Amino acid sequence: MDLNAPHTMGTTIIGVTYNGGVVLGADSRTSTGMYVANRASDKITQLTDNVYICRSGSAADSQIVSDYVRYFLHQHTIQLGQPATVKVAANLVRLVSYNNKNMLETGLIVGGWDKYEGGKIYAIPLGGTIIEQPFCYWSLITSPFITGSGSTYLYGFFDQAWKEGMTKDEAEQLVVKAVSLAIARDGASGGVIRTVIINSEGVTRNFYPGDSLPLWHEELPPQNSLLELLHSSSPEPMNV
Amino acid sequence: MQLMDSSHSNPMSLCSQADSQRTLYPYVTGTSVIGVKYKDGILMAADMGGSYGSTLRYKSVERMKPIGKHSLLGASGEISDFQEILHYLDELILYDNMWDDGNSLGPKEVHSYLTRVMYNRRNKFNPLWNSLVLGGVKNGQKYLGTVSMIGVHFEDNHVATGFGNHLARPILRDEWHEDLSFEDGVKLLEKCMRVLLYRDRSAVNKLQIAKITEEGVTISQPYSLKTFWGFSAFQNPTVGAEGSW
Repeated sequence: MDLNAPHTMGTTIIGVTYNGGVVLGADSRTSTGMYVANRASDKITQLTDNVYICRSGSAADSQIVSDYVRYFLHQHTIQLGQPATVKVAANLVRLVSYNNKNMLETGLIVGGWDKYEGGKIYAIPLGGTIIEQPFCYWSLITSPFITGSGSTYLYGFFDQAWKEGMTKDEAEQLVVKAVSLAIARDGASGGVIRTVIINSEGVTRNFYPGDSLPLWHEELPPQNSLLELLHSSSPEPMNV
Repeated sequence: MQLMDSSHSNPMSLCSQADSQRTLYPYVTGTSVIGVKYKDGILMAADMGGSYGSTLRYKSVERMKPIGKHSLLGASGEISDFQEILHYLDELILYDNMWDDGNSLGPKEVHSYLTRVMYNRRNKFNPLWNSLVLGGVKNGQKYLGTVSMIGVHFEDNHVATGFGNHLARPILRDEWHEDLSFEDGVKLLEKCMRVLLYRDRSAVNKLQIAKITEEGVTISQPYSLKTFWGFSAFQNPTVGAEGSW
């Protein structure tokens, strides 16, 4: 067990826009090598009242990038006199990531809501590229972004399960299901699922503990102990 | 085919011609196995995961198998090497039975055989990439031992492989005692397996518990453990320090 291995959030993080806002989702496992250093971490971090960021990769790098951007956005909000837009927040993250690309190892998803563009998601992978799904027709954008180690397990799932114009509840269900599927197969993801929903009304945080998630292939319903199983399979003899 | 001057060449390169089948690094691996002695014999626990790197690829791998009449073998590490070991042991037991002399190999003998196999492979730089737990009862004598991929072997009242050494053995050192009942032994092993489930990345929530007594071997059906996430600190961990984890 290499306790000096860097803390990484080999992770599953998801950002999805829906009709009216965005849903951000993440697992809660932070590992040091093969050891789970934190089984209930919070990878969805606040940048401003209306913009949040999902962090993956090196825990230290993603925290310091968020801290710098939060600091810049705070000053920017004061100067601007109104809440920062998601685009500005995302571009600040991009600048930090890009200009320090040789030193940083972190993949980020910036999501939020502002009055000009509504709900928006920007993905900023390693290297500092910024990607935003372009507008489709006149309906608002509904576009998933998945990064992190667990995301490879989800490309097929999203190809099949994704649809345009979902409601807030549909979008959140999709995010929870997706993270849960990734947790089932990715050793670097696990724990609880946290979601953050951001829209014009504000921010809602939700928590889905590990034992409340659906079971997938080859998984069994949890028991208190083998002893209960053994006793229940040999029923008491009937008394007349 | 190169001809090497053995006195000058790197000992690794001498093996390079016979390089065709060496386990250089493991591919499909099993994680910890834990074993404890209890009143009637040995209890062993292992999950059913076969990981492929960081992917939890196979979730129904049986990592504990009975050997002959008196032994139970649990393995962590490369699954293909474990299957090879089972094949060797099959032959060993077969030849032992063919003597038809009323005698049968006990756990101590099987453990000794495995130690020799593992150590000799290590000496040839072609290890079987496993850590093994061997437990059994013969003529009332309980035996629990372990062998690593480099041939380190010993016996004890409680043994574990891999992460189990770091996470389970401290619990066992505290809570194991002589003459555990079956129920207490199972609860103790489940306590250790739950910690491993929380803290070992390659753990999978599907396990079996095996017991071996004078009467024989029983390996339980696969089952899952309940986990606890209800700490209030888990709900909002960053409330005091925005941006932390």
